[in-house]
Amino acid sequence: MAATGEAVLEVRDLVKHFPLTEGAVFRKQVGVIRAVDGISFDLRRGETLGIVGESGCGKSTLAKLLMGLERPTGGSVRVCGREIADAKGADLKRVRRTIQMVMQDPYTSLNPRMTVGDIIGEPYEIHPDAAPKGDRRRRVQALLELVGLNPDDVNRYPHQFSGGQRQRIGIARGLALQPQILVCDEPVSALDVSIQAQVINLLARLQRELGLAYVFIAHDLSVVRHISDRVGVMYLGKMIELGRDAEIYGQPAHPYTQALLSAAPVPDPDGRERRGRIVLQGDPPSPADPPSGCRFRTRCWKAQDICAQQEPLLQLRPGTWHESACHFAQVHDVMPSF
Amino acid sequence: MNQSTPPFPAWGIPDPVRGVTGTEPLLAVDDLHVEFATRQGTVKAVNGVSYSLNPGETLAVLGESGSGKSVTAQAIMGILDAPQARIPRGRIRFRGTDLLRLKEDARAQVRGRRIAMVFQDALSALNPVFTVGSQIAEMFRVHQGMSRRDAEARAVELMDRVRIPGARQRLHDYPHQFSGGMRQRIMIAMAIALDPEVLIADEPTTALDVTVQAQIMELLAEVQRDSGMGMILITHDLGVVADVADKIVVMYGGRIVENALVHDVYRTPAHPYTKGLLESIPRVDRKGRELYAISGTPPNLLDMPPGCAFAPRCPYRQDNCTTEAPPLYRIGSTRGSACHYWREVLDGSHG
Ligand SMILES: Nc1ncnc2c1ncn2[C@@H]1O[C@H](COP(=O)(O)OP(=O)(O)OP(=O)(O)O)[C@@H](O)[C@H]1O
Ligand SMILES: Nc1ncnc2c1ncn2[C@@H]1O[C@H](COP(=O)(O)OP(=O)(O)OP(=O)(O)O)[C@@H](O)[C@H]1O
Ligand code: SF4
Ligand SMILES: [Mg+2]
Ligand SMILES: [Mg+2]
Repeated sequence: MAATGEAVLEVRDLVKHFPLTEGAVFRKQVGVIRAVDGISFDLRRGETLGIVGESGCGKSTLAKLLMGLERPTGGSVRVCGREIADAKGADLKRVRRTIQMVMQDPYTSLNPRMTVGDIIGEPYEIHPDAAPKGDRRRRVQALLELVGLNPDDVNRYPHQFSGGQRQRIGIARGLALQPQILVCDEPVSALDVSIQAQVINLLARLQRELGLAYVFIAHDLSVVRHISDRVGVMYLGKMIELGRDAEIYGQPAHPYTQALLSAAPVPDPDGRERRGRIVLQGDPPSPADPPSGCRFRTRCWKAQDICAQQEPLLQLRPGTWHESACHFAQVHDVMPSF
Repeated sequence: MNQSTPPFPAWGIPDPVRGVTGTEPLLAVDDLHVEFATRQGTVKAVNGVSYSLNPGETLAVLGESGSGKSVTAQAIMGILDAPQARIPRGRIRFRGTDLLRLKEDARAQVRGRRIAMVFQDALSALNPVFTVGSQIAEMFRVHQGMSRRDAEARAVELMDRVRIPGARQRLHDYPHQFSGGMRQRIMIAMAIALDPEVLIADEPTTALDVTVQAQIMELLAEVQRDSGMGMILITHDLGVVADVADKIVVMYGGRIVENALVHDVYRTPAHPYTKGLLESIPRVDRKGRELYAISGTPPNLLDMPPGCAFAPRCPYRQDNCTTEAPPLYRIGSTRGSACHYWREVLDGSHG
């Protein structure tokens, strides 16, 4: 979808460090976990930015920072021009209405003692002016229908639903306040592909109709490609490649992106024994003690001395039309099947 | 020997590839029914499911969200929600013994140790008030009577095995301090730690990126090769299934609607639901357009329609579909489809 409007989300040099503690009883801090370590990007009205990256690289932390659910160690997040990082009280509440989130995990994010109707309607309790009281039940039922659940289910409890059904309850709640930005953390990975297709079509429709912007975090690379205008690839707290979907998938320039794309399982068992994969050597480094220079160098087959000495910045590189953070960035076609 | 009828089709038959010659599979679910008593009425979550698993084999369970995949697994583990859950019919034979007839203490001997499970909700399966290290260590202490020190060493080993960076340093961290994918890997590590004969992996890799996913699936394959562990892999990821499954069952509305060897399903699905699933996969040439999605809503398990549960949504539907429930028709020796019109579906004619 064409996104030409103004930036609704501006992220600059965003950093989140968690304290690393030791000792079971007397916990003392022995270092920090660099979960998000200097990330910048813009999101425009009506645009979808896909975020992919290794498990533990900081995607969910990024999402929580965008939502103001975690306080950043440094940097700034501006939602529709307003800083969220140091907003408090009523101010924070006002900003929150424009940015909502669908959580990664539908099990712990739904209160087991609340009915589905109360869960989806909860945002109206927090923001009473969003919907008149008498209209809330009808709205909740409409939201249930919107995400493909039965409107008569309002009085049931989360444990009576399957994993995928619960995920849709979370999406319905995220849409209740009709936000401008929806941050989706793995919104469809618990769904079967047909319901997944329905949800993706639904998100696309809402975007066309309401001009919603999405930050869409997912591991399924074909889903991300389908829905995204631009894709950002993260590694160990950093954004290491950022570009339009066709650039990232068709002309990936960073070795990590190439390895990632080559590992994507293909939904066709024919020839599965012969599939060429770039197998990453070594283990992912600890975010408490990231490698010097380029954080990917310990697993990179192209690494030279400079990679240990100098951090490669996310910028345009010779021979590419999108930004990447590799001293030896080079377009490499890895995934003809995408 | 085995007097009961084998699940249909008989997977226990000699397998030329693996050379499995025994007549008794490792695990056989046979005509299983599970229902839940709720205030709204009886939810018929599982309505006659049969499947079986041989040593070293990977059976993928696909299907609609809410079709009873996890409930079937919970029945095998013996951890259904009491007292609402009831098993009115069926057998679950593990090496020939019907688990449903065992007393609770005998069952507890099997659970977690000989049949282990990675839960779909890995995140809530870890106790939030204890450190991850102590929870892993606890398992070794309870099941293997290890000392505290040995158990901790094993816990670090285990976390290393599933590639948790800096495992020793993070032993005393609480579950919420780990990312979703890390918790999922810890659950996988705990499940295989006691060398189970059967592993039920319920959506084990949903929170993992594809590189770590590939490593974890490789680790599981290695365990299977080494110890002959059989795996029931419940997943929505058709890419992973294509990569690792030997055979597939597809569930819909608490029933198995198709079972087949992996290549057959992807080449020529024999049930309209399976066909719809495969067509819903996002492919690059559909970018910018609507994805195909099966229209309509899942069946209401409180009030299952007579006839075929998929009929209201089925492009192949004829008059008899809404009145006669289709049996699992046999197609060749390794395949079945619960659709009256499986021939048309196989041909790809209309629909
Ligand atoms: N509250 C916390 N305290 C300490 N460390 C944390 C906390 N939350 C996250 N971390 C750490 O920060 C890093 C990034 O975690 P995050 O959840 O953002 O990863 P992710 O990219 O979402 O991973 P996944 O794909 O597995 O969900 C991990 O090393 C994690 O252990
Ligand atoms: N304790 C319970 N009480 C009432 N109904 C239940 C209970 N547990 C499960 N169900 C219902 O049983 C059906 C099957 O659930 P199950 O969890 O097996 O689905 P699933 O196939 O694993 O779906 P998913 O892919 O979404 O995880 C669902 O409709 C669910 O609502
Ligand atoms: S900068 Fe060096 S180490 Fe980093 S990805 Fe590029 S070649 Fe590899
Ligand atoms: Mg996450
Ligand atoms: Mg399930």
